[in-house]
Amino acid sequence: MSILFSFFAVIALVVAAYAGVKIANLQFLFGVIIPYIAIALFILGFIYRVLKWGSSPVPFRIPTTCGQQKSLPWLKQNKIENPSSTAGVIIRMALEVLLFRSLFRNLKTQLRDGKLVYGEAKWLWLAGLAFHWSFLIIFVRHFRLFLQNTPSFIKTIEGLDSFLQVGVPLLYMTDVVLLGTVTYLFLRRVFIPQVKYMSLAADYFPLFLILGITASGVLMRYFYKVHIVGVKELAMGLVSLNPVIPQGIGVIFYIHLFLISILLAYFPLSKLMHMGGVFLSPTRNMANNSRMVRHINPWNYPVHVHTYEEYENDFRKKMKKAGIPVEKE
Amino acid sequence: MKIYNGGKILLGLIIFGALFASPFYLNMGKVSAKPELKIDTPEIQKLEDKKCVEPKEFMRAEHMQILNSWRDAVVRNGDREQIIISGHKYEKSLQNGCMKCHSNKKDFCDKCHNYMAVKPYCWDCHIAPKEKKS
Repeated sequence: MSILFSFFAVIALVVAAYAGVKIANLQFLFGVIIPYIAIALFILGFIYRVLKWGSSPVPFRIPTTCGQQKSLPWLKQNKIENPSSTAGVIIRMALEVLLFRSLFRNLKTQLRDGKLVYGEAKWLWLAGLAFHWSFLIIFVRHFRLFLQNTPSFIKTIEGLDSFLQVGVPLLYMTDVVLLGTVTYLFLRRVFIPQVKYMSLAADYFPLFLILGITASGVLMRYFYKVHIVGVKELAMGLVSLNPVIPQGIGVIFYIHLFLISILLAYFPLSKLMHMGGVFLSPTRNMANNSRMVRHINPWNYPVHVHTYEEYENDFRKKMKKAGIPVEKE
Repeated sequence: MKIYNGGKILLGLIIFGALFASPFYLNMGKVSAKPELKIDTPEIQKLEDKKCVEPKEFMRAEHMQILNSWRDAVVRNGDREQIIISGHKYEKSLQNGCMKCHSNKKDFCDKCHNYMAVKPYCWDCHIAPKEKKS
């Protein structure tokens, strides 16, 4: 149900963009107004979500660790998996963000001959990593459409990505990897029963949306070519706040742009916010130094404390009478 | 609203904004001129019927495919048969075909390729025509 709902939602978006441009001639709406609204929603929504997370107190020091913590001097500490310093946390976070360290530990649990057994399950890690890196490279590559003089590092990335020199225009390896990994990530949700059971429309929709964006981009580059110089004019017009709608750009470009606008606008509302959220995960971004530094719960409100000194002051006479030792005479 | 670890969060948000909004401030105050192609070379002036092998829109999108199929035909299959369109013969060749008319690489090929940051590998093998500096 959630699969079909997400699938037809993306199809409806494609049809909306096609009809809007091809039939209703709303190039300005789909090429300028909607992208601007989407960018504003994305950046402001992102900031709002992060600030909202930032305003939530962390009552306990709760890093999840998996190595020897700092202890007696002759016990070797695992400084990365169980960091006690900021430097360790930074290295741990970098491994998490860049290489998905915790997903690398993914395990498969099975009952075999009545015994519970655990096995390696690296495919999700591999596909996830390939997916995210390809997406990043494709995103960075697109900056050639937004900058008048494309910086050389973007040209270098593009050169490496099309290194195999297959066909013309040159085939980008990341395009193939992205299509393959998104398909894998979708099929995995369909074919693994436990994963399917807990998958919602909010899981399928981004997958179909990204699949739609990738597919329209691939079609546009290799098959139904658009007026690419016009595309850059439009993009440059958007970012220099001087929007123009060049004539003769193919409708598939507007479909691509509309799906991206939807992705941007949907981003802050969705699970895609893990992009910012990974940096704000208390189980990752805290040092395990609870034996060295006292973590004060920000939720603590002033509690009326009756100290022993005050207690003794109140009952000193009675304590002396009863023969209880007192600290102050 | 109290923000915990405000400094670090602000730093992260500044990096986020700086990266995602970079096209906006990097292009501020710059005028972006779209490429204007010159198709007034002497060879084209001589043509009565000023037509390429295919219509303009098709050439604009698919010229690389044509060159690629010509390369395969000539280099791999030895098929150098000329292309005849409305009585006019065209060499199946980059240097002797396309560049015969479009002899102004700098004002023709390079205009769009530079604008789009595309680096075609034609000139890895072919020798670019000598041109007067314009």
